[in-house]
Amino acid sequence: MSVAEESLKVAIVGHVDHGKSTLVGRLFHDTGSLPEGKFEAIQAMCKRRGMPFEWAFLMDALQAERDQGVTIDTSQIWFRTAKRGYVIIDAPGHKEFLKNMVTGAAASDAALLLIDAEEGIKEQSRRHGYLLHLLGVRQVTVAVNKMDLVAYDRDRFATIERDYRVYLRELGVTPTHFIPISAREGDNIARPSEAMAWYQGPTVLQALDDFQVITQPDGLPLRFPVQDVYRFDERRIIAGRIETGILQVGDQLLFSPANRMGKVKSIEAWSVAAPPIQACAGESIGITLEEQIFVERGDVASHEVNPPIESDVFLARLFWLGDRDLTMGSRYTMKLNTAEVGVVVQSVDRVIDTGDLSTKGEVKVARNQVAEITLRADTMQALDAFTSSPPTGRFVLVDNYNIAGGGIISMEGYADQRNLVARQSSNIQRVEHDVTAENRESRNGHRGGVLWFTGLSGAGKSTVAVAVERRLFNLGYQTYVLDGDNVRHGLNGDLGFSPEDRAENIRRVGEVAALISRAGMLCITAFISPYRSDRDRARLAGGDGFAEIFIKADLATCERRDPKGLYKKARAGDIPDFTGISAPYEAPGAPDLVIDTATLTVEEAVERVVEYVQSRFAIYAKPVSE
Amino acid sequence: MNHLDVLESESIYIFREAFSRIDKLAMLWSLGKDSNVMLWLARKAFFGHLPFPAMHIDTGNKFPEMYAFRDRYVTEWGLNFLSGTCPPVAEMDETLPPAARSAARKTAGLKTLLETHGFEGIFAGIRRDEEGTRAKERYFSPRGARGTWEIKDQPPEFWGQFNTTFPPGTHLRIHPLLHWTEIDIWRYTLRENIPTIPLYFARDGKRYRSLGDADITFPIDSTAGTIPEIIAELQTTRISERSGRAMDHEAEDAFERLRTAGYM
Repeated sequence: MSVAEESLKVAIVGHVDHGKSTLVGRLFHDTGSLPEGKFEAIQAMCKRRGMPFEWAFLMDALQAERDQGVTIDTSQIWFRTAKRGYVIIDAPGHKEFLKNMVTGAAASDAALLLIDAEEGIKEQSRRHGYLLHLLGVRQVTVAVNKMDLVAYDRDRFATIERDYRVYLRELGVTPTHFIPISAREGDNIARPSEAMAWYQGPTVLQALDDFQVITQPDGLPLRFPVQDVYRFDERRIIAGRIETGILQVGDQLLFSPANRMGKVKSIEAWSVAAPPIQACAGESIGITLEEQIFVERGDVASHEVNPPIESDVFLARLFWLGDRDLTMGSRYTMKLNTAEVGVVVQSVDRVIDTGDLSTKGEVKVARNQVAEITLRADTMQALDAFTSSPPTGRFVLVDNYNIAGGGIISMEGYADQRNLVARQSSNIQRVEHDVTAENRESRNGHRGGVLWFTGLSGAGKSTVAVAVERRLFNLGYQTYVLDGDNVRHGLNGDLGFSPEDRAENIRRVGEVAALISRAGMLCITAFISPYRSDRDRARLAGGDGFAEIFIKADLATCERRDPKGLYKKARAGDIPDFTGISAPYEAPGAPDLVIDTATLTVEEAVERVVEYVQSRFAIYAKPVSE
Repeated sequence: MNHLDVLESESIYIFREAFSRIDKLAMLWSLGKDSNVMLWLARKAFFGHLPFPAMHIDTGNKFPEMYAFRDRYVTEWGLNFLSGTCPPVAEMDETLPPAARSAARKTAGLKTLLETHGFEGIFAGIRRDEEGTRAKERYFSPRGARGTWEIKDQPPEFWGQFNTTFPPGTHLRIHPLLHWTEIDIWRYTLRENIPTIPLYFARDGKRYRSLGDADITFPIDSTAGTIPEIIAELQTTRISERSGRAMDHEAEDAFERLRTAGYM
């Protein structure tokens, strides 16, 4: 058994007992690929167990697998056709061993999915189909096996083909072929079946040769995640594997999320004829830089144009293999490229039934389920959406020492935060004011600050803000309300409603509010500000005087109020990305004050805020002028 | 990138991943063809350096050519070299067939070396195409406190992400050559001009296809006297690589038992 050059990796998947291992055994036998003596050895194993000849014993190498007649772990075996070499990856079909199926299938270029003609489409037939899609395996041929057990019935085959094609279509998968076979009898494996003369399509062997060799998609921007930094001798070598794109000596690299720049001085290599001047996707390389900048494992190098997204929050479609349920609030270590970072499950958005593709609003994800979740990382990460760059748009979660799930990233509704954090110029010094904060405080009788209102549309932010402003003014406070009306027209007139523009809108509001507060005033802001990262940035800008005030009301209440008729329009699909309906609202984790407008009147709400302000910002008691 | 470049890059990535994540590492260097490719790949990964010890578990029963090869390249490549000794066969599991029992000495020698130095991870040059239970291995494969392999409950491994954290008392076997085949090893050895023990080349119509202890390893019929001739031979043969390794064939589960107990 030997392989000449390139091998295509093909996973054999499908429900337990639908004949995957048998197919592999038959394929090897019919192509003369069995090692000498293997057939006799399998015969002897079966004889010892007093059972008929079992092809599955070719790959079921574990004693437990042979004794129980079930494939436990994935295995690989090599063979070749006239066209090329193959690595056949046998994946277990039992639900218990889904993690082993994932291990096998994720390594493949293409898959052969088996369905039992007699039993029909079963749970794992669908789940495996779904997982192939999620794992990024795009080429699938479906073989309907055990046709001998249904008397090679053409209609039976047609029914299964029709039903499973419908399922795959909903996933966006088009199978390359649908083949009726009998692995045990050898029908349509290496030779066309005489018993199924009605079938004109390719055999399994021909279908394998029809699969395309997967090459890296051309033209993806450079992604070079830093794996390690070595200093074995005088060179400081940054090591890693190029995931996408091309890197050349002389390139200016941007390292994210640290946002440092460095120019490639050399590509280092040992025992080569000449030092390389460029490297491409898939190569494990080492580079040196012209400048000695701080770079560490987990950073992602790119060119300045088309850098990765920076975010600490993102959506993921995830398959879960962990023994313990994944729930909202659970913490895990995420491995994303070479970065390892703590993450928390901010929300479980939907759990997907891989049987009929329906979704349920559950709060937990059990083992072997697929779900859509929102993850928040402890620190800013460099990442990509899976659809734009598959190798850098996926991650695994580690729970209790083991990889317990994998997911693909979507940034739908979330902003790239790169420009929001990278904008600070380092060479600007603050002018020292002659008037100190204390001077202002003693004249005003209160400290400056930011009262940052956040909540759903219709929760009452503007109503409460305007009433609080009036009350505080009457109490002698210097105060001013910022809301959408007075910033969107002027200051932020250049911004639209894309996720990035919305984030920039909030960033500017945060900066202006901070300036007003440093002028000694109390600035009240009334913006939905649905994203925690945006509010955290506003807090950073606002400093000590910042107060996050959660104007709380449940979605149903807000939708009932609907003062501007926006919910109605959003439900009708007229407003895209509407918070609470088609975009997330991330409630504050630890707000300074919660005002529940579902239970409080406006007057009561105002009173609570004013009490809070008096206790936190007042220097001396103000006369009540009302 | 051609086929060998792809294999090489994957192995280098695994070496670097282990070196970054695992504190105390060592490499098993059996002196055979796979081991020598593995050592070569490590030096590629670390730009000419081998930043951990190379360990040879010496059963005392190796071929003289192997000892000569070892002595020469330990010096020539400036290796941090460790040699481990093995207990006598009388101390091994009596229920194992004779050749497997002899091979089990190597496992015992390895365990002693691991305990003495407190290694948390060792590189072993096994390949999936060698044998059925190796075909089910992981790149990063945890071993229990006593070196045992939980073959029925292995961690998942996908998308180039590996399990690199483990409960105390566990150690890791790291397999940088898992995805290589026998013919890949020879093609790469030829391309990179990697030194090889002459026992692999035919003399008087026989050559060794796989090297182990002299008492339980047998040569095959062959006229292949050069690496290109070996490659040509492998393209047509249907004889399995380890057919000359006695311990693989004594009983249906002999090799699985050896491996779950800690054999490579």
